[in-house]
Amino acid sequence: MAEEIKLMKGNEAIAHAAIRYGTDGYFGYPITPQSEILETLMAETPWEKTGMVVLQAESEVAAINMIYGGAASGKRVMTSSSSPGISLKQEGISYLAGADLPCLIVNVMRGGPGLGTIQPSQADYFQTVKGGGHGDYRLITLAPSSVQEMADFVSLGFDLAFTYANPCMILADGIIGQMMEKVILPPYRKRKTEAEIREESPWAAQGKPKGRKPNIVTSLELDPALMEEKNNRFQAKYRKIEETEVRYEEFHCEDAEYLLLAFGSSARICQKAVELARLEGIRLGLLRPITLWPFPKVIIEAYSHKVKGMLSVELNAGQMVEDVRLAVNGKVKVEHFGRLGGIVFTPDEILVALKEKIITHE
Amino acid sequence: MKQEIIIAGFGGQGVLSMGKILAYSGLMEGKEVTWMPSYGPEQRGGTANVTVILSDNPISSPILNQYDVAIILNQPSLDKFESKVKPGGVLIYDGYGIHGEIRRKDINVYRIDAMDAAIEMKNDKVFNMLILGGLLKVEPMVKLENVLLGLKKSLPERRHKLLPMNEAAIKKGMEIIRKM
Repeated sequence: MAEEIKLMKGNEAIAHAAIRYGTDGYFGYPITPQSEILETLMAETPWEKTGMVVLQAESEVAAINMIYGGAASGKRVMTSSSSPGISLKQEGISYLAGADLPCLIVNVMRGGPGLGTIQPSQADYFQTVKGGGHGDYRLITLAPSSVQEMADFVSLGFDLAFTYANPCMILADGIIGQMMEKVILPPYRKRKTEAEIREESPWAAQGKPKGRKPNIVTSLELDPALMEEKNNRFQAKYRKIEETEVRYEEFHCEDAEYLLLAFGSSARICQKAVELARLEGIRLGLLRPITLWPFPKVIIEAYSHKVKGMLSVELNAGQMVEDVRLAVNGKVKVEHFGRLGGIVFTPDEILVALKEKIITHE
Repeated sequence: MKQEIIIAGFGGQGVLSMGKILAYSGLMEGKEVTWMPSYGPEQRGGTANVTVILSDNPISSPILNQYDVAIILNQPSLDKFESKVKPGGVLIYDGYGIHGEIRRKDINVYRIDAMDAAIEMKNDKVFNMLILGGLLKVEPMVKLENVLLGLKKSLPERRHKLLPMNEAAIKKGMEIIRKM
């Protein structure tokens, strides 16, 4: 039977998708604009239906360390928060990355720095793709631009996390979290049994059978030679992810003279800017990175030979634009347009910025 | 066909829920829909607004600079959104909420005295359904039967006994809206 089309907020879609994916546990602490994730999970009482644990922790720091514990035992575990709360989780995220632990983390961004505002923002791009926590680690980062993708990226995120034994983040913002759209939820999957977990994740701390060496899950290694070896292994894993998992979407790029680059909600607003530009006869396209790390640098480099200029449109002071500039390496003019502190640009503002920053300076 | 609508008023007037019912009605009609609310402090006593888009094709931006229809329920919202109605578009206002005059001459302006009608019906909860009725009379973007299905879908089951009252309010709203 075809799955029913529902109307819901992005935050609600994440919660429903998590239950249906067969997630073992959610640990979080409420914060606007993502509190509906925890609210929906509590209202759905999945512990009665699938056995999924939903727990409001005493703090964000506690929640991310519960994730560490759950992930270390091979479970599908997730947490969610918004910018200030994600900052609190950074130590735990670094530890998860340093211990090869798969998990899903959702950041529904709001304006910063500090406690900032509850309105939408994309100012955590640097924090997410350049580190955030300490050490040479990478976070697989998915940027949904619709409520449907909020639902779909739960299973994609978990699958990537378990394929590479690495934390994965869904980087959304207040617009995608609060907006209601049509969504088709994924089908129900059974949660993994303990036997399945032991088979699929032989590294998991699942209780030691006789005759097997203990599994030790840790990010600590005091011997620098071994720590370098471990880091080299991480780097090899990251190169493999960069080769295999880049995702992006093109919108009216085939004949584009100018290119917008935008992720998440900004990409939706940019689509309308492209429509408006084309009505005026400006051949504008949009390239939307879906994975922010690994970044789609190869395709962006390819477009640097085809277009006259690129504008990176972000709800921040200019973060992804740095990765775009690295990708094109000076071959074409790259500028940034953004609004800050929770103010959201409108499609016509983007078009004005394109004309001012790119077209008139050709 | 695409309809881009802003509904704006005070928190507590049922702005967001009216938008939600309109969005569900669009869903029932098989349209693409987005519902983008203002969230946060505005909801709690200040101005609240919601953008609803109904379209036969996939919807790009949920954030707009201009609207086909603006439903204006208080003076601050008129000040904010009057200039953002597309030329030839529609502005609907509640007579009780607006004290200034509407300056635009290039749009179609309608007045609906929904607050008065709600008081007459001895039920201030149906205020937003009166307005919705007025909207549907002026811009029949969704069939009434789908609105009623949408209403049912957006209300929790324990509230379904209120459906006839809401239907009556929608029909009343269709009667009392008038062109200015």
